[in-house]
Formats: sequence, C-alpha cells, structure tokens
Amino acid sequence: MSAQRTSESFTRRVLRQPAAKLGIVLTALVLLLAVLGPLAVPAWTGYGTNSFAGKPFQTGVFGTDNLGRDVLSRFLAGGWRLLLYSALATVVGVGLGAVLGMLAALRGGWLDSVIMRCGDVLLAIPQLVFALLAVTVLGPQGWVLVLVIGVTHAPRVARVIRAATAGVVAEDYVLASQMYGVPQWKILGRDVVPNIMGPLMVEVGLRLTYSIGAVASLSFLGLGMQPPTPDWGLMINENRIALSLQPWGVILPVIAIAVLTVGTNLIADAVAGASAGRVRTTGKGTR
Amino acid sequence: MILKRLGISVFVLLAVSLLVFFFTLLLPGDPAQAILGQQATPERLAALREQLDLNAPWYERYLSWLGGLLVGDLGTSAATGGSVNALLASKVSASVVLMAIAAVIAIPVGLLLGTWSAMRRGRAADQGLTGISLVLAALPEFVIGVALTTLLSTTVFRLLPSVTMAAPGTRVWDYPLQLILPTLTLILVVVPYMIRMTRTTMADVLDSGYVEMARLKGLPERQVIFKHALPHAIGPVAQVIAMQLAWLAGGIVVVEFLFRYPGLGQAMVDAVNTRDVQVVQALSMIIAAFYVIVNLLADVVGILANPKLRTESRS
Amino acid sequence: MRRSEQRARAAARANASGANAPRNAPKATGRGSDRATAGRRADDRGGVVPRAVVPRASVDTAITVSHLSVGVAGGELILDDVSFRLHPGRILALVGESGSGKTTAALACMNHLRAGLELRRGTVELHAGASRFHPEAVDLLTLTERGTRGLRGGTIAYVPQDPALSLNGSLRVGEQIAEVLRAHEFGRDARERDARVAEVLTEVGLPSDRAYQRRFPHELSGGQQQRIGIAMAFACRPAVIILDEPTTGLDVATQDLVLKTVYELTTKHDVAGLYITHDLAVVAQVADDVAVMLRGTIVERGAAWDVLHHPEHPYTRTLLDAVPDMAGAREMGGGPAVAPVHSVRAPWDDGRGGDDDAGPSRSRDASTPRGGEAARGRGSGVVVEPRAGTEAGGSDPSRDASEVPAASGPGTAGGDRASVEPVVAVRELWMAYGPAVILDGISMDLPAGRTTMLLGESGSGKTTLSRSVAGLNDRYTGQVLLDGHVLAPGTRQRTREQRQRIQYVFQSPFSSLNPRRSIGDSLQVPLEMNGELSRAQRRAAVADALDAVRLGRSYIDRRPGDLSGGERQRAAVARALVNAPSLLVCDEITSALDVSVQASVIELLRELQRERGLAMLFVTHNIALARHISHRLAVLEHGKLVEYGPTDTVLRDPRHEYTRSLLEHVPTLESAG
Repeated sequence: MSAQRTSESFTRRVLRQPAAKLGIVLTALVLLLAVLGPLAVPAWTGYGTNSFAGKPFQTGVFGTDNLGRDVLSRFLAGGWRLLLYSALATVVGVGLGAVLGMLAALRGGWLDSVIMRCGDVLLAIPQLVFALLAVTVLGPQGWVLVLVIGVTHAPRVARVIRAATAGVVAEDYVLASQMYGVPQWKILGRDVVPNIMGPLMVEVGLRLTYSIGAVASLSFLGLGMQPPTPDWGLMINENRIALSLQPWGVILPVIAIAVLTVGTNLIADAVAGASAGRVRTTGKGTR
Repeated sequence: MILKRLGISVFVLLAVSLLVFFFTLLLPGDPAQAILGQQATPERLAALREQLDLNAPWYERYLSWLGGLLVGDLGTSAATGGSVNALLASKVSASVVLMAIAAVIAIPVGLLLGTWSAMRRGRAADQGLTGISLVLAALPEFVIGVALTTLLSTTVFRLLPSVTMAAPGTRVWDYPLQLILPTLTLILVVVPYMIRMTRTTMADVLDSGYVEMARLKGLPERQVIFKHALPHAIGPVAQVIAMQLAWLAGGIVVVEFLFRYPGLGQAMVDAVNTRDVQVVQALSMIIAAFYVIVNLLADVVGILANPKLRTESRS
Repeated sequence: MRRSEQRARAAARANASGANAPRNAPKATGRGSDRATAGRRADDRGGVVPRAVVPRASVDTAITVSHLSVGVAGGELILDDVSFRLHPGRILALVGESGSGKTTAALACMNHLRAGLELRRGTVELHAGASRFHPEAVDLLTLTERGTRGLRGGTIAYVPQDPALSLNGSLRVGEQIAEVLRAHEFGRDARERDARVAEVLTEVGLPSDRAYQRRFPHELSGGQQQRIGIAMAFACRPAVIILDEPTTGLDVATQDLVLKTVYELTTKHDVAGLYITHDLAVVAQVADDVAVMLRGTIVERGAAWDVLHHPEHPYTRTLLDAVPDMAGAREMGGGPAVAPVHSVRAPWDDGRGGDDDAGPSRSRDASTPRGGEAARGRGSGVVVEPRAGTEAGGSDPSRDASEVPAASGPGTAGGDRASVEPVVAVRELWMAYGPAVILDGISMDLPAGRTTMLLGESGSGKTTLSRSVAGLNDRYTGQVLLDGHVLAPGTRQRTREQRQRIQYVFQSPFSSLNPRRSIGDSLQVPLEMNGELSRAQRRAAVADALDAVRLGRSYIDRRPGDLSGGERQRAAVARALVNAPSLLVCDEITSALDVSVQASVIELLRELQRERGLAMLFVTHNIALARHISHRLAVLEHGKLVEYGPTDTVLRDPRHEYTRSLLEHVPTLESAG
C-alpha cells in the first residue's frame, strides 16, 4: 500500500538527491570526452614517428607509448566504442530482461518457471567467464561482446522486473482494467509499465555500470577491442608493461573509466532511492 | 526441502553443462584441424577425429564429455594436445590460495562494517561508509588493481611487486609479498558489496517488530543484538557471502591476468587466446559448480537458521 | 463470555462509573470511591477472579503523563500537549484513528520514541511506590538507557499490535517469556522463574506444559500468539501495561477472548492499563476511562460510560456514529430505510465538508417510532419468507425467486419503489480448489433498490462469491443470471451491456486506482470500453459521477496520491457509477478506511441506492455493520450459505450456530450499558 503522496514528479525526486547531480555531472563529463574527443584528436593515433615511451610535455602533452603513439590522441579517440558497446549491451540486456520478466510475471505458470529456471542456469556462470566462452568460440567481434554481455544481464534484470511486475499485477487496478475489458497491451502500457519505471530505470543505471566494466575488462584482457584500435581498456593492457616509465597511458583511461562507472552507479543509486517507497529494490543489485 | 534444493542444484549444473557444451557446436571449422594446424595430413586429422570422437553425433559426444567430467576427466586440450587435467592441476592450488585469503579477510570485514553501518544508520560514519562503498562498487576489478599497482608498486610508493614471480618449481606462496596486491584487489572488489548488502539486511532486521519488542521488554542491548537480531540475519547473510564467493570465482580471471598470477584465471585467458575450447569449457564448469555449491550451502544454512523452514522441511 | 453475563458486568460498571464520575466533570474522577469500585467489580466477577490472590497496589496513580509533545525531527508535531494518568486496576482507553498519535503517546510512556521522532516537551512521571522494582518517583523521559531498560518489561510492559511481527520467529515461546523474567531478576532462581512462566501461560488461558513452551510462534494461531504477547507482558507482574490495538486482525470470537483476558488480568493484579484502539465498541468492553485523540491532541476525556453515552466533542460523536449499533437494531427492525446512520461526512474525512454535518446525528434513541413501525410491519411480512438455503444449504431457486415479492410486500415502509424482481440471481454456485470447496451450492437473489449483505470471516468464500457475480472469477459452476439471462462466467465473455450493468468496487482504494493516472483517466475506462461516447462526453460523464459521490468535479485531474483513503474510495465508487449500473458489488469497501470515514462512505452508498434504485451486494466481515445498510443478510461459512433472510429476522433469531457465535462475540457499545 503506497499511501504516500506522489504529487512530486519522479524525476524531481531523483534530482533532489545530491548523488544524482554528481553522478550526472561525472557521466556527462566522460560522455562529452568520448563523443567530442575523436573530433579534437591532436595527432595521429596509429603507430607514430615519435620517440617510444616519450615523456610528457616532450613528445605530446602526455607523452607517447612504447610503440611511439601519442597518448593523448589515443585517449581522446578511445572512448566512444566502449560507450557505444556498453550502451548497446545495456539496451539488449534490459530490453530482453524486462520483456522476459514481465512475461514471466504476467503469464505465470510453466512459462514463468521455464524463464526463471533458464535464468538460474545463466546466473551460475559468472558474466566474464561466459563472455570468455563466447569469445573463444566466436572471436572478439563487437556484436559478440554486445550480445553476450546483454544476454548475461538479462536474467538479472528479469528477476527484478518480474518481482516488480508481480507486485503491480497483484494491485486491483490491473484487475479493474481487465474487468472493464481493456485489451492486454493497453493494460501493459497504462497500468504495468508506468508503475515499474522506477526499478526499470535502476536496472538501466546498474546494467550500464556493469556493461562498461565488462566491455572494458574484456578489452583489458586483450579479448575485446583488438589492436591497433585506440580503446581505453586496450590502452591499459598495452601500457601497463611500461607503467613505471609511462604511467599516463594507463592512468588517463583508468580515471576515465572510473569516473564513468562511478557516475552511472551514483545515478542508479539515486533512482533507487527515489523509487524505494514504491517497489523495494534496495541496494542489493546483483552483479 | 533441503533435498529439493539439492535436486535444483543438480538440475542447474546439468543445464549449465549442456549450455557450455553447446558452444563447441558453434565453433566454426574443425576442432581437429584447429589442434593440428593447417599443415596436418588427412590421415592424422582422421586419426585425431577418431580419438576425439568427432565423428559421433553431438549427443554422444556430450554424454561422453559429461561422463568424463563426473569422473574428473576434463578432456583433451586442443592447443597442447595434452590432458586438461594436467594443464590445470598446478594452477588450482594457486587460485584456491588467492581466493581463500581474500575470502577469509573480506567476509569478516564486510559483515562487521555492514552491521556497524546499519547500527549507526543516518550518522556521519554510516553515510561516509555508504558513499565509499558505492564508489568502490562501481569500479571494475582492473581499475582497482591498476590503481593499487600505481599507488603501491610502480609510481607513488614502490613497496610491492606488481607481477608474480613463478619460477618453475616454486610455489606462489613462497614469496608472500607478491600475494598482497592480488588479494587486496579482490578484497576491495568484494567488500563494498558485502557492506551494502549486509547493511540492508541488518537494517531490515533492526527495524523489525521483534527487535523493537525485545527492547521494550527491557533486555540488555547485547542480548537484543545477539539473541534477537542476529539469528534472523544468518540466512540473508549466508546468501550475501555465497554471492560474493561466486563473484570472486569470476573476479580472479582479471586479477590473475593483471598480476600475471599463475592460476586458473590466467589459464583461462591463455586458453581463450589460443581458442582452446576444451580448457575454457572445463574452467567454466568448475566455476559454475563452485557457484552452485556455494549457493546450495547458503540455502541450507538459511533453512537451518529459520525454525519455520526447518520444521517445514522436517515434515 | 455469555452475552447476558457481559451485559450484567457492563451494567454494574456503568452504575459504578456513573455514580463516581459526574458527567460534567470528566477529568475529576473521584479516586477515593474508585478503589471501592475496583473491589466491587472484582466481586461482581467473583467466579472468575479468586479474591484471595488479588494484590493491592498501594498507590492511587501509577503514571502521570504531563504536557507531552513529540514531533518529527525538525518537523511537525505528532503529539501536542498530551496529558493523562494511569491508575492501578483501571484501564484508560486512548482512542483515535490512524495518524492520531496514539501509538506514539503509548510508546513515550516507555521512554521509547520511534526513529525520526523527537521529544519536545513534557514529563512521564512514574509515581513513588507504583512499582516494586523502582520505589522512588521518577520522570521516565529523563532516565538513562540503563534506567529505562530496568523499567521496561518489568514495571511497564507492552503488548504489541501484531504478534506475528513482534514475536521472535526463531525463539521458542516459553523462552521469550522466560527471558523477560531473567532480565528483571524475577524470582529467586530458575525454578521459580520456570514456575512463573507456566503460571502466566495458565493465566492467559494457554497450555503451560513444556511441549507447548517449546513451540515456535509460527506453530501457534494468531489468537494464541497474541496471548503469548500478553503473557510476556504480565510475566513480571508489571505495575503498568500498555496494549497497542492487540486485537487487530483477530476474528471476533478470539478478540472477545483476548479482551476478556486483558480485563481480568488488569483488575486481578491491580495493574494500570493503557489500551490503544480505534474501536469504541472495544472501549465499551474493557475500559474504565477514555481519552479521545485527534491529530495529536486529546479532545475529550472522561469515564468510559460518560463519553460513550454523552459525547461532547463532535469528533467523538462521529466516532460513535461509526460504531455499528446492535442494540438499536433490535428495536429498530430492518425497514428499507435501514437504521439511519446520520450524515457523517465528517470534517475529519480529509478536512473537507462542513462541521455541522456531524451534527447531533444518530440519536441514542435511534429506535424512532418510524423505525419501530417499519420493523413490525416488515417483520410480519417477512415471517412468511422461506429462509433460503438455511437448512439444506440451497433451496429451489424458482421458488425462492417467487417468494421475494412477499418479502417486500405492502407492509414495507420507506421509499422502496424499486422493482422487486431480482436484477441478478445466483443459482447453485459451486467452486473448488483441489479438495478445498470454496463455494458450496449458493443461491441468492439481488433485487433492485435492496442491499444484500454477505457476511463471513476470512476464508469463508465471500469475496470469491462476489467476484463470481462480477465476473472476476470464472472458475465456478452454476449460474449467475441477469434479468433472467444466464451470464457467461468471465467478464470478457459477457456482453458490453452485461458488463455495464454489474459493477464491482474493490476492497482497498489504495490498490484499485492506478497511481500513475489521473482520477479522470481511470474513471473513464468503463466508458472508453463501451466505445459509445466521445472523449469530451466521457469526461463530462466522469465529472458528473464525481459530483454524485460528493467529491466534486475538481478532482478529475488529480492523481490518487493526492487523495486520502476516503476520497479514493469515493472515486472508486464513481468509477462503478459512470456506467449507470443495476447492481453494485461492494467488497469490504470500508475495511481499509478509518472508522469515521467508513460511516461516510456507507452513508454515500445508501444515498446512491435511494437515488438510483441500485441493487447492492455488500460483502463484509463486520456483522454489526449489517444492521445499518442491509435489507437482507446472507451468512457464509466455509463456502456454505448458513443463514439467509431479512436482516432483522436473522439478527433477532439466528438459526445457525455460527451466526449465533458471531453475534455473541461482537463488541458493541451496549456492552457498556
């Protein structure tokens, strides 16, 4: 029973939390960097003519890596793929998970059991391990990363959305709509979806955070983006050998990824806080 | 009830094995070709196919693979041609040591900080801890690992080795110093989650009617916490621990790779690079089995800690 | 407790308090003579309470609460200058609705403020000598944590509202009682404490053997759990006991037993009781004194009999009007006018409406001559009517239907000009879940302009039956007929016109309106599905319906979250009305509302019925409510119709044991006189 007054709009309640503002600023910062960065690349990102492992301010602002490539240029050019793939994986994961979760809750019965048991099976393999299995067989292509990360998100999202939907479906207003003969799709659109938006938005934020982590981790392992693509995860992998000589090639992308994931996680947390009164999601996000 | 959980676990493991096996079917090309390379003679290919049972239909191959798993035979490595068991044997202990140290430190720290945070809800200490754990929880393992390396090993302080020395014939724990960074990374990955989840669990328990009632009965605070609150937290906390242990099993992949630690995770990355499907499959199954077992144990603990479930399971 | 005994006791008490506490000086209850009263009361109840064991408290007052103000930290006041005294051997009932601050006040007596609340002002004085554990006088609110702990449970004990939440599910019930004794060092050794656990279990009427003590709370019924809670509270023989709506969620028979236990133990052991409730009928049964709370202040106080019979504050009157009154019913009879619950759209229903509405209202002598005549007139007409389904669990439907006119023959008084043909008839409805039979051959008629009340406790099948009629449950066998035509089981199979004519109002208005849609959007759905009206026409119809339920059209663009419970329920009724239905099925529609709001919603339904000649099926578990709105009463037990006939007849002469037990245990005002 949510007797609370809901006159204040949901967005406003999210924004009232300082964590949300900070999160939005951080995320927007990295987003701008990743999107506008490629347009502002000062030098060639490929194999350079510069000296190897150049010191900052001598060759380029942040020096060059051990292959003689300009660190700043590769940094500016190396963010958009990570963001794009993470966003796509999130769309796939939350989309698939939300549809399956709602289906399980609305249809119930054997379909519910089948969906949730399949989810249990997927959950038994850690996301990264599953991704490695897929990459082994299918190769480190972009669509493989998006698909495998999305698919492994799905059961986690489905669990949350199923619980939220079940809560809404148990409400009498859904029964009332059915009683008045409102078609199923309209009930879904009017009664169900608007009332699970809170948990759904939380999932978007959480899954985005974990997608970024997963895509970047795979690139870091050398199993995501492939050389010579400029990419933050890959840059860390390539430059960590010379970490003591040329730390910027590692530090810049690490900071960017850290700021980004912290930003999205802060937003997710603020959304969860704002929707806590309605459907309990708590801080127990499953990774 | 416990038997039912056991049944579910077995079912999940079987389904996982089917899923993992399914990936080999997706493998483009011929595994025998992959093992022997482009220069292989047709006779040798045929012989290997025979040896690997590749001519049999997929379900027969699945069953023989599964049968092998059950008796501890993990198959033949496509990359080396040797047995997967031999390849992984030496790495298992290294990984187990890493995870065990991380778990032994992380679990009490996470539970204590989470409980402490829940008990001082709303105060500055709680808010600070919640904020820090929120930030840490967002960071991927390698970000934490690289940050620690920069801080403690390469750039700021030069205290600890950044990579693991594993000369042949030595064991990783012969040089304890080199274990510090990998375990610290794993701990920092897991602890924030434990804090957050324990805090939520404990907050629910502390807000409950029976804890309020225990206080209104005039019981000493120690008794309220240890006799009335904690027993209710055991089940949920066991779940928290199980989830984090399972996460450690996945987290070692990145951490071992980062620190060149000669364990299962490193072996996995190597196997992926050489497209050694058998090894990746075997490791996936080991990790999945670990996940299922830990979760089963947590469920059992939850059932035993709850008189209601306990009595139901008896009848 | 036998009804007669109950009445005798109540009468005795009424005499006593009437004599001692002059009506116009409610605060000055003569203490001296009250001592005598307590003694006399114990005598009155001699059989129940052995005199010898009654320990006498040596003080007059146990606790004095003075000028207590509590607020939300940094926010508004929850309690505003609340003062009251608790006397040994007497129970003070603190009466109020949700949000009135009564629980906050009760917990403050134990120096316990829930999270987010802060003390602004006031003292809670424990008088010298009131407690064996704490001889000196002390202001509880200034005590240290340690000092407070020493008093809680031992000197001042608490019985929680919901034992299912407050008993620890992982501890055996015996241990939960024993630990209070240990914490307060009751008795000399473990043996004495064990003996006390067994003794207190017996006192609350539970088995005291080892095996019972080793049970876990989930192995007990709700009523037993609550008695464990009471045993826990009485274990240390406290000086003060605070009971926070301990009977919420219990059925009437169990409630009666719990109230009896509480009453006995407080008088027997000379304990000062504070009883929190929203139900004045309960007050009549247990309390000596009453304080009525409204939004954090006490608006009226005095001896229970005085307040219940001569309320001064309009809010108290509203609360009283909301108490369904069985006594009036007996003389009043069940004319179609039904017992007039006077217009009680109180200002407390969300601060809207006029003050004078609550007016002098429901006069004590509700047995107006008109009502009496009607009763007799109707009664004679009614006797002929076969009590359908009473004995055999179902009678010949056609015969039953033909008898209906007789029931509302010319003798019927009131503006009942509606058709007597049943709008909807139910024939041999049967349904089972596996081996459990939910509905067992039910037949009844729902004539226009008449209300049929469907009574039963949870699990009796009453909601299933009402949903079957409304088409929300399609798994029954048997027939539901609308104007003689058999309806398909589910709403989706029924025609648009059939759907339109039977409307259903849900139990909880907090659940039946989509919080994300405006009232207007939600209310136009039935019209939208008819597909006959344009958007503008639908909006106009919705506005009219909002007017009809006395909400006003200004509510059309609001969201449910901006409305109070009573307003939401009116909106939900409006949704059922937009289609101009013939039958309104109301499923416990008042149970989620505060008592004063309940009365106004019921009044609304009566007015609507009068205006529109609606047939109504009103589902409830509240038997006393039946009197006020129903023409016919159907009692359901385990899916069987055990009683069916004119309300008046059934109430006066219940045939079935189950109905009799329901009637016997229902707490009503007349238990006070």
